[in-house]
Amino acid sequence: MADATLRIQRGDGPTGGETVDYKVPIAPGMVVLDALHYIQGHLAPDLAVRWNCKAAKCGSCSAEVNGRPRLTCKTRVDSLPMDQPITVMPMKAFPRIKDLVTDVSWNYTVNKKIPPFRQRPGTEWKISQLDVDRVQEFRKCIECFLCQNVCHVLREHDEKKGFGGPRFFVRVAGLEMHPLDGADRAPLLKDGLGIGFCNITKCCTEVCPEEIHITDNAIIPLKERVVDRFYDPLTMLFRKIRGA
Amino acid sequence: MSTNYETHEHDVLIIGAGGAGLRAAIEALAQGASVGVVCKSLLGKAHTVMAEGGIAAAMCNVDTADGWKPHFKDTMFGGKYLNNWRMAQLHAQEAPDRVRELEQWGALFDRTESGGILQRAFGGHTYRRLCHVGDRTGLEMIRTLQDRGVSLGFDVYMECTVTKLLTDAGRVAGAFAYWRENGRFVVFKAKSVVIATGGIGKAYPVTSNSWEYTGDGMTLAYEAGAELMDMEFVQFHPTGMVWPPGVQGLLVTEAVRGEGGILRNKMGERFMEKYDPKRMELSTRDVVARSIYTEVKEGRGTEHGGAYLDISHKPAEYVKKKLPSMYHQFKELADVDITKGPMEVGPTCHYVMGGIRVDAETEQSTLPGLFAAGEAAAGLHGANRLGGNSLSDLLVFGRRAGLAAAQHAKSAGATTIDAAQTAEAEKELLAPFSNTGTESPYAVHRDLQKIMQSLVGIFRTEEDLKKALSELEPLKARAAKASVEGSRLFNPGWHLYRDLKSLLVCSEAVALSALARKESRGAHSRIDYPKYDPVWEKKHNIIVREGGEMKRRESPVEPMPEDLRQFVMAD
Repeated sequence: MADATLRIQRGDGPTGGETVDYKVPIAPGMVVLDALHYIQGHLAPDLAVRWNCKAAKCGSCSAEVNGRPRLTCKTRVDSLPMDQPITVMPMKAFPRIKDLVTDVSWNYTVNKKIPPFRQRPGTEWKISQLDVDRVQEFRKCIECFLCQNVCHVLREHDEKKGFGGPRFFVRVAGLEMHPLDGADRAPLLKDGLGIGFCNITKCCTEVCPEEIHITDNAIIPLKERVVDRFYDPLTMLFRKIRGA
Repeated sequence: MSTNYETHEHDVLIIGAGGAGLRAAIEALAQGASVGVVCKSLLGKAHTVMAEGGIAAAMCNVDTADGWKPHFKDTMFGGKYLNNWRMAQLHAQEAPDRVRELEQWGALFDRTESGGILQRAFGGHTYRRLCHVGDRTGLEMIRTLQDRGVSLGFDVYMECTVTKLLTDAGRVAGAFAYWRENGRFVVFKAKSVVIATGGIGKAYPVTSNSWEYTGDGMTLAYEAGAELMDMEFVQFHPTGMVWPPGVQGLLVTEAVRGEGGILRNKMGERFMEKYDPKRMELSTRDVVARSIYTEVKEGRGTEHGGAYLDISHKPAEYVKKKLPSMYHQFKELADVDITKGPMEVGPTCHYVMGGIRVDAETEQSTLPGLFAAGEAAAGLHGANRLGGNSLSDLLVFGRRAGLAAAQHAKSAGATTIDAAQTAEAEKELLAPFSNTGTESPYAVHRDLQKIMQSLVGIFRTEEDLKKALSELEPLKARAAKASVEGSRLFNPGWHLYRDLKSLLVCSEAVALSALARKESRGAHSRIDYPKYDPVWEKKHNIIVREGGEMKRRESPVEPMPEDLRQFVMAD
């Protein structure tokens, strides 16, 4: 069978490095991660790549393939043009550690801010499938961080201090819409996670390998909750009268 | 001196952040212990995310006749009575509470009409017993445990690989590890260590397991002086993908059969009628895997050497709803629409029933202060594991291990870190950088996988197993001489160098135990000894290190109390 050329960003540290071309024999049904493994096994044993399940369930192998943020385990080589090298770059929104591996630890810091599930007092453990279906969409998230990688607030503006990013709006949506949850995360959404920064361009939704409707089903309803709570004119007027 | 290394101290150190490790951590935290969790990958990526079908627990939400006793009986029957009966009992009794707990921590399972947790049928389970979330139950479980642990406040050391357990006067004292990111060494000081590192799937080329599954925990325990047990029992899941080559071995959940999927050979025959007419597709995994293997070997396999698994007689919407990951997996990776036509499937190395020998109540190994839970531990599953019993295993025995580890830490006296041991660990890790030959860890790994697949696979013979053992010897020498290119910064070649050592220890343990067990039982099938042997029904194989050598011993199977024995053996 024919060979494919993979053009891979190599180097360590946040910046610099170079692209290196590798020739890989193509097998039927091969995915980009298979090609990366071939390179490790035969051409460049120290090529740094993160991966685990190789079944699109763990979200470890995110990279930018021909400029598109993808899971490399789910990107078929035969879906890409063969007349030019396949470029594989690390996710741009996170500092690079080495080759295709980036430092995603910021995401774990954001996650710690989110209050966990707390059962509403007086509720029973009877839930209808209909209510579960709605929340299960958010719980499908495999934390590949591709949505974070393409979010303008993070990618272009590097606003990591007062912003959570789509992944964590999805997480909060899953908690807020849990039929028995009673915790209040609206102040966190407004301030700690800065949901107001999102200008709903839907880039996150486009790249989600789990096809979660991040913008429509998670972010917009959460924005509405924040608006209702903090910016509703009637409530604001009421507060003013009460002098609160 | 250990002070030369970055050092962290905890009451309880947990190695592995899958279901068992996280559940152990949560319990140890609840006991007031300071807990550190070390994992090779990022948090939330452990292989538990791959578990698809569900958690087996006799909740009796769907089949009210179920209860802990039927679950216990199914587990013992599935394990061909080699199980530790007390573990099987505790597992069946405690699993429902462990599932309810998950729900209280935010997990959302599929529901029954009346709003309870829905349960599905699965191979070897008499009743509909598996609590599930479509076909992504493992993800739901790991995310729930991860969030629970984070909110309780454990310290997680991500992308950090433990390479040696440190001991002090016959007790565990801590662990030596390196950071994958920068290759720097780190010492963990702990009074209790829980091993929850999963299995050994990467010893085989066709496997559903990820790169992490290199038998690290078993090897760490073995090298520190603990005993391994029942290592010959390696489960080949009947249904892995067989085509295209890149996805060979990728798991096709048993839930496909649980939801009504039918197996056929190339002639269209529903061949399970021949092998297990009573249970058919929902027979135990050892039986179904051997049946598919036999069909293929006798010339009735599919184009790519498997069997057809068909669920397309069910409504397309139902298939997409109950098996969404399978639908996408086949559509995207194999160009097959499973709502319209059959999948091609064949056996794939999935699980090891054997592992670290532990006490049933506390999960303590034979080395004081060292505990093990989940796939890394032996006992619960005997000669063959039932689907769905793994996730419940992680919860039940993860919790018990965390509890006992915290209690042990409270009562145990101080230990010291032995500088000679850390120096030895460091030397071992640095060796491949000064090796000058051209041997590559990747090449040795490929050769190891070939040996295990062809000689220590589903069907075994004395001749093959002896050959495997003799071929493993030169591989060990090659692995030790392998050299590593590049630096210590995130270097997969170097990481594999160390993982390979663990794989070689476990592979030898599997082959040595398999050679000794002259019978066929559960997942261990000897062509030269095709029948059960009543003598071997009463014996475990034990693997232990003595004088630097791997030795095999035998140990009696603990008999069940009479009332349970009669219940299990009835009809």
